[in-house]
Amino acid sequence: MHRYLRTLARFWSASLAAEMEYPANFVLELLAEVGNLAGSLFVLSLLYGPGQNLGGWSWDAALVVLGFYTLLEGLTSTLFQPNLSTIVTHVQNGTLDFVLLKPIDSQFWLSVRTFSPWGLPGMAMGAGLILVAALRAGAVLGPGTIAAAAVLLLASAAILYSLWFVIAATSIWFVKVWNATEVLRSTLVAGRYPVSVYPAGLRAFFTFVLPVAFLTTVPAEAVLGRASGSWMVASVVLAAACLVISRAIWRYALRFYTSASS
Amino acid sequence: MTAPREPRARPVWPLVRVLLSTQYAYMLEYRAEIALWALSGVLPLIMLGVWTGSGAGEAAGFTPAMLTRYFLAAFVVRQFTVVWVIHVFEEDNLQGRLSPFLLQPLHPFWRYLAAHVAEQVTRVPFVAALLALLFLLQPSLLWWPHPADVFWGVLATVAAFILRFLLQGVIAMACFWSERALALERLLLIPYLFLSGLVAPLETFPPGVRAFALATPFPYTVAFPARVLMGAEVNLGAGFLGLALWSGLFLILFLLLWRVGIRRYSAMGA
Repeated sequence: MHRYLRTLARFWSASLAAEMEYPANFVLELLAEVGNLAGSLFVLSLLYGPGQNLGGWSWDAALVVLGFYTLLEGLTSTLFQPNLSTIVTHVQNGTLDFVLLKPIDSQFWLSVRTFSPWGLPGMAMGAGLILVAALRAGAVLGPGTIAAAAVLLLASAAILYSLWFVIAATSIWFVKVWNATEVLRSTLVAGRYPVSVYPAGLRAFFTFVLPVAFLTTVPAEAVLGRASGSWMVASVVLAAACLVISRAIWRYALRFYTSASS
Repeated sequence: MTAPREPRARPVWPLVRVLLSTQYAYMLEYRAEIALWALSGVLPLIMLGVWTGSGAGEAAGFTPAMLTRYFLAAFVVRQFTVVWVIHVFEEDNLQGRLSPFLLQPLHPFWRYLAAHVAEQVTRVPFVAALLALLFLLQPSLLWWPHPADVFWGVLATVAAFILRFLLQGVIAMACFWSERALALERLLLIPYLFLSGLVAPLETFPPGVRAFALATPFPYTVAFPARVLMGAEVNLGAGFLGLALWSGLFLILFLLLWRVGIRRYSAMGA
């Protein structure tokens, strides 16, 4: 365990140093993040018609959902995308061989090898939005609420990671699968809004097929202090199951790996 | 290195046919990928779900049926106005592949344009299948647009595609000066996303924002063709005039920047 932590620190400090070569990127990424958030807020304000109600959510409560979405988007561009996009390249070029030979778990290496600091502003903005909106919505941020929200946020991060990892891992069979993650990313946009907004069919899809509801709506309800116990348990169980499944699929996929562009 | 001159008296048609047929064969090889790209354009359909659940559409005079038509039309328009020329141009530029292209008596951008057109042809069956699936799941969404609307809608979509292609072509010229031209494209994507009408009909915008949006080229790329396709009341003349004016402006900018940029080009990299 200690060895893994030390390796992680090495990995991240090295990639941080490499990314710092492009300081202008920081300004551009910050602009893009601010622009994206402003646009999302604008569209959300359009959706709040005269009724001032969106699927039973008040404006401030819906902002908490948007905050969780922004936070997870930032996490995706910081960790998931830079790392998991390379699995495809490794399979194509056969360099996955070298990863498998390393005296470290291959899923760990592939999942955390690089770290892109450009998603951090988005994560900070998301966290800020959650805090401000929750306070404005009248949430009481006691230790119980914070603990529940933290656990559910971890669970949603685990679910999101598993979705990305499983899709990237299928490149062992299909090689050019990179834009499947693009499909995932474009569908997860649905998480910007509380899941109760959608018509019944879509709501079922976003809960049971593509668990968007567990990514943003469930943690937001926990912050607002109105999460039901069964949803929280379901979320944690789902996260654990996703992690186990991603692990199992990776081990299974490796059996089919026969070096370059298998 | 300067751009080679195109020879004048040479039949154009065989060239067009060869370019399109080779690019089409190439795209057919990648049809699985194109199917995934088509699937990744679901944003207007998600927004249809959100807008149906909100009362704001009706407050702006959009009945549920109109919302459905608008977003389905926006979905189709978006499918056939996808442009990625900056990505290929950057790669060709950085890897030095642009050099052999420059030796040929053909502006490299004609090749990119042919690739885009071929990709759209490959995309047609996937978009049709997606729409058919949608109508099977929800037959109430089905409606038959008027043939005249389809004619003008298709024309407006093609014009919108040309406008987007030229705009991205202008941005792509930054590749001659910088290695990170893609970051500019990322910034440009934001107004496109929020002002084009892809995520919300322009009629729901507050008047000030709407006037601002209409002063930019973005609404012509989604909102105008989508409104024509859905059979809403639109000023066809003004719409096509806007498309032509913006396209003309970007074409001039593109040609100017190309002439300056190509002089800086030195075989590889920026």
